[in-house]
Amino acid sequence: MSATGAVLPPRHRPVEPGDRPADRRRGSTLLRHLAVALVVGLLLVAVSYTVEPFRNFQLATVAAYLCATAGLTVLTGLNGQLSLGHGALMAVGAYTVALCQNAFADRGMTGGWLLPLSLGAAIVSTVAVGAVVGVAAARLRGPYLAGVTLAVAVVVPALAVTFDGVLNGEQGLSVPVEPPPASLGPYFPYERWQLWLTGAATLLALLLLANLIRSRYGRTFRAVRDDEVAARLAGIHVARTQVLAFVVSAATAGLGGALLAVLAQSVSPGAFSLTLSLFLLMAVVIGGLGRLAGALWGAVLLVALPDLTHSATELLTLSPAVAQRLEGNLPLAIFGLTLIVVMIAAPGGVQGLLSRLGRALLDRWSARRS
Amino acid sequence: MDRFVFLTVDGLSRGAVYAAFALALVLIWRAARVVNFAQGAMAVAAAYVAYSVSAATGSYWLGFGVAIVAGLLLGAVVDRVVMRHVDHASPLNPVIVALGLVLLIQAVLGMVYGNEFRPAETPFSRSALTVGGVAVLSPYDLFVFATIGVVVSGLAWMFARTPVGLRMRAAAFAPEVSRLLGVNVGGMLTLGWALASGVGALAAMLVIPTELGLHPHAMDLVFVSAFTAAVVGGLDSPPGAVVGGLVVGLLLSYVSGYAGSDLTPLAVLVLLLAVLLVRPGGLFAPVAARRV
Repeated sequence: MSATGAVLPPRHRPVEPGDRPADRRRGSTLLRHLAVALVVGLLLVAVSYTVEPFRNFQLATVAAYLCATAGLTVLTGLNGQLSLGHGALMAVGAYTVALCQNAFADRGMTGGWLLPLSLGAAIVSTVAVGAVVGVAAARLRGPYLAGVTLAVAVVVPALAVTFDGVLNGEQGLSVPVEPPPASLGPYFPYERWQLWLTGAATLLALLLLANLIRSRYGRTFRAVRDDEVAARLAGIHVARTQVLAFVVSAATAGLGGALLAVLAQSVSPGAFSLTLSLFLLMAVVIGGLGRLAGALWGAVLLVALPDLTHSATELLTLSPAVAQRLEGNLPLAIFGLTLIVVMIAAPGGVQGLLSRLGRALLDRWSARRS
Repeated sequence: MDRFVFLTVDGLSRGAVYAAFALALVLIWRAARVVNFAQGAMAVAAAYVAYSVSAATGSYWLGFGVAIVAGLLLGAVVDRVVMRHVDHASPLNPVIVALGLVLLIQAVLGMVYGNEFRPAETPFSRSALTVGGVAVLSPYDLFVFATIGVVVSGLAWMFARTPVGLRMRAAAFAPEVSRLLGVNVGGMLTLGWALASGVGALAAMLVIPTELGLHPHAMDLVFVSAFTAAVVGGLDSPPGAVVGGLVVGLLLSYVSGYAGSDLTPLAVLVLLLAVLLVRPGGLFAPVAARRV
């Protein structure tokens, strides 16, 4: 057993983007990522005009989750550190945004720059918490790290009750958010504005993450994951790299939590339970560890599966009590079962299956051509 | 002074349960090098089975026995059906699978019983007896101490004195050699899982009535406390788990008694972090170099 926390055994490990020499011929990574982000952004704007408001809201929720799952992908997939505490980090971001927005509202301050300021504060506070946990995490391995982050996930939401003078206990806080700017017209749907906000923030975060992954830091993350001793011999400061990965991942989790709070316009400890942390981990594993595309699949699943089970339970004629029990728990059961099956049968996740499929098709195509 | 005595006894009683639960974690860790994060959920499942049986028959003791049998069976099934097939090349894989089990078990319990607290009964009174004007022990505390004492000494006797215990230790220590010597290594592993899960179910039966009641998430915080206890003692040491359990129980009792019960989760986290940062191998671990 190796001392590092590599999640995938080597034979399952995909060829990662930065490893291919061909990539160097394709020009500046930053420009390419910028172009992709721009295209995706334009697509999102186009989509936001064509679909109904509720779908806009769902897409915005996907974007908020994507922030957190992308950060967790970097931490667990690329750096080999397991965190069960990302739900708690999201809670930190969400509560910070709530406190900031309430403070601004109490002082009667208005303006479009307040929300970015609150989001920034959320990121800063989560980075601070993430650094504390990260310093501890860098000294821990395997089950010990899982245990500590599990404790964080269980304990941090409970703090809302401990400090209910500020955080208002189980009730939580409301998050006052301003309406869309008047320049967009009087009848601009609120959900479309929500999608624009969260989409923009998430795209920015993903752009930074994608560049980080391709950079020297991304390579040191992977080196530490694959073999700590070899990484140390190569001159990499292992502990510092691990703390950095944790802090980056915490920052995106904080942003994700803050966006969720802005979307829901409220925060309460119940929304950031241990189950959320497990959900995030599940989303990342099922999507495919170590790839940002996998994080996208995971985030989509997190929103789509409860919606699907809701429609499924509506199709069946059940008594209200049974329907309510099923609706809350069926998605959890499916998530859990999928997590177990994916870990046993397809450790590469959805994205791993897709790229294997793509490669097989490509091979067949090139074989036919030759 | 009265308060101190009361808190100490209460802490020891809670600590005994943590000790049993931590012992179950240590059992599986020693046998399979897996920290069973699903143990809390598995124990709650067994407690729900007991609840159903007790509700149907009206007998607490029948439910108690059924819970332990259900725990044993559940442990064996989890090992045979799930854990046996997980790639153990990376230590994270079994952890992730165990977390999947947590989601699955809690969701199934929620679907069958609903996500509300159900009252859990105790076989003995929980009001304390007074000795010389000081409230000391409740009959239920005595029951907890006696049960845990029997289980812990029974396990110690089994591992130290019986052929089965010897085989289990051999299978964990040197699987290949034991297999050559005719030990059924896979069977021993399953037996280890079953025993640990049975002890976990027993601990759940003892602790759930003293908390808010039966709920799919009833053991979440108990699991974290027991994990802390196991880490305090060192994951490899059964006596360490018992001592760690008592230490954690006492600490939580003092914190909740003197500083407020809201702070107990935070105290667990601080203790866990402190132990891991100062002595990552636990208080009873021998000095060891990390293997590469």
